[in-house]
Amino acid sequence: MSRATQANLMAAQIAEAVKGRDRVQVMEVCGTHTVSIFRNGIRSLLPRNVRLISGPGCPVCVTAQRHIDAAIELASREGLVVATYGDMIRVPGRLGSLETLRARGADIRVVNSARTALQLAQRNANRQVVFLAVGFETTAPATAATILEAEQLGIENFSVLASHKLVVPAMTALLDDGDVPLDGFLCPGHVSVIIGVRAYDPIATRYGKACVIAGFEPQAILVGLLRLLQLVGQGRAAVENAYAGVVREDGNPAARRLMERVFVTCDAPWRALGVIPASGLALAPAYERFDAAKRFDIEIGEDRDPPGCRCGEVIQGKVEPRECGLFGSDCTPVHPVGPCMVSSEGTCAAWFKYHWPTAQRGGRA
Amino acid sequence: MCLAVPGKVISVSASESETGRTAVVDLQGNRVETSLALTPEAGEGDWVLMHAGFAIEVIDEDHAREIWQYLNEAMAPESSAPAAQQDQP
Ligand code: SF4
Repeated sequence: MSRATQANLMAAQIAEAVKGRDRVQVMEVCGTHTVSIFRNGIRSLLPRNVRLISGPGCPVCVTAQRHIDAAIELASREGLVVATYGDMIRVPGRLGSLETLRARGADIRVVNSARTALQLAQRNANRQVVFLAVGFETTAPATAATILEAEQLGIENFSVLASHKLVVPAMTALLDDGDVPLDGFLCPGHVSVIIGVRAYDPIATRYGKACVIAGFEPQAILVGLLRLLQLVGQGRAAVENAYAGVVREDGNPAARRLMERVFVTCDAPWRALGVIPASGLALAPAYERFDAAKRFDIEIGEDRDPPGCRCGEVIQGKVEPRECGLFGSDCTPVHPVGPCMVSSEGTCAAWFKYHWPTAQRGGRA
Repeated sequence: MCLAVPGKVISVSASESETGRTAVVDLQGNRVETSLALTPEAGEGDWVLMHAGFAIEVIDEDHAREIWQYLNEAMAPESSAPAAQQDQP
């Protein structure tokens, strides 16, 4: 059977699963899923009564402006090197982005690993290196291991600006908010590698919502969606793993142990979503000396989001990007106003890339 | 950003420090140094899932190949990728 036939067959099964339901709304939490869904035209395969909402699963999009501003303040200090994952340098803060600062001579390095930032510190013993620690549970254990390595090697000129986020508290915050009724979640594949299948149990037991963990391949996403919509259709709040072999029931306990040693959970600000209780990671007291904000006495201020940007509503599924007055005119991937347009995994960027002509005509996505 | 890629462990270097164990991992022909701090069980010949310079899980070869299939398609030019028809206006 060709892949297209297979996809159409699954589409028919999906339609069958939710037949007779007025409207079913499920959220794909992960930005990588969002991109794969758009890229492969998966939305067009879904029946009209199913709405897919792209959730807050792009780490760049949810990094609070106050953390970008703190990073910019750090990078402005004499003798300080800021090391960051690539996408972050384009996110606009209150006074420009790291990229604009770099053009003016600040020492900002793009790295693809926390370890590279640590190596940078080793090679530049007379300078302070600050790593911008962003990302979900996929990335947080790597930061934790790097901090432990810095401690063991006695490296004094390395610190991190900690703004790691936790996925499940964001999901429950959306459910608590209740503005957008959700029937279930397509859960991220590689975050789940760390946190495990059982991490989603509270969403099923306490909130009565179905969760299915899926891989990234288009076929895998369709299988995940089919299982999810079957559960929704049957009214079953269960957690299922459609990415077995990669994601384990208990995730990666060794990684979680490192994370729990170095970090403690804290209330954390999410871009345009406000502060979500116990949704972020701060350095544990024993590792506070690696906290760049403390080491350099940086005050983490407030967010003042760009006027007109509706990123917060976009990542909660309250509006679609085309409903933002800036979408495609003032805000484009080349000149992003909000973080959802910066990252290639951002919802606005995905819409712009795959739906701009459609969106302009007000068509259905 | 949370996408991890599979690779095969070619060699492992021991370390004094608890989190310092590293490996050379083959990523479709590219050899990269990777930390094994999060996968203490990983050894030579294992397939691992790599993210931001760290092996985050040991997986079997079949799953590794499946993920690469997705990655290769995702990185290929637009026209050759879709599993289904593209969205129509
Ligand atoms: S289109 Fe731009 S300004 Fe509007 S919500 Fe998206 S990122 Fe924000």
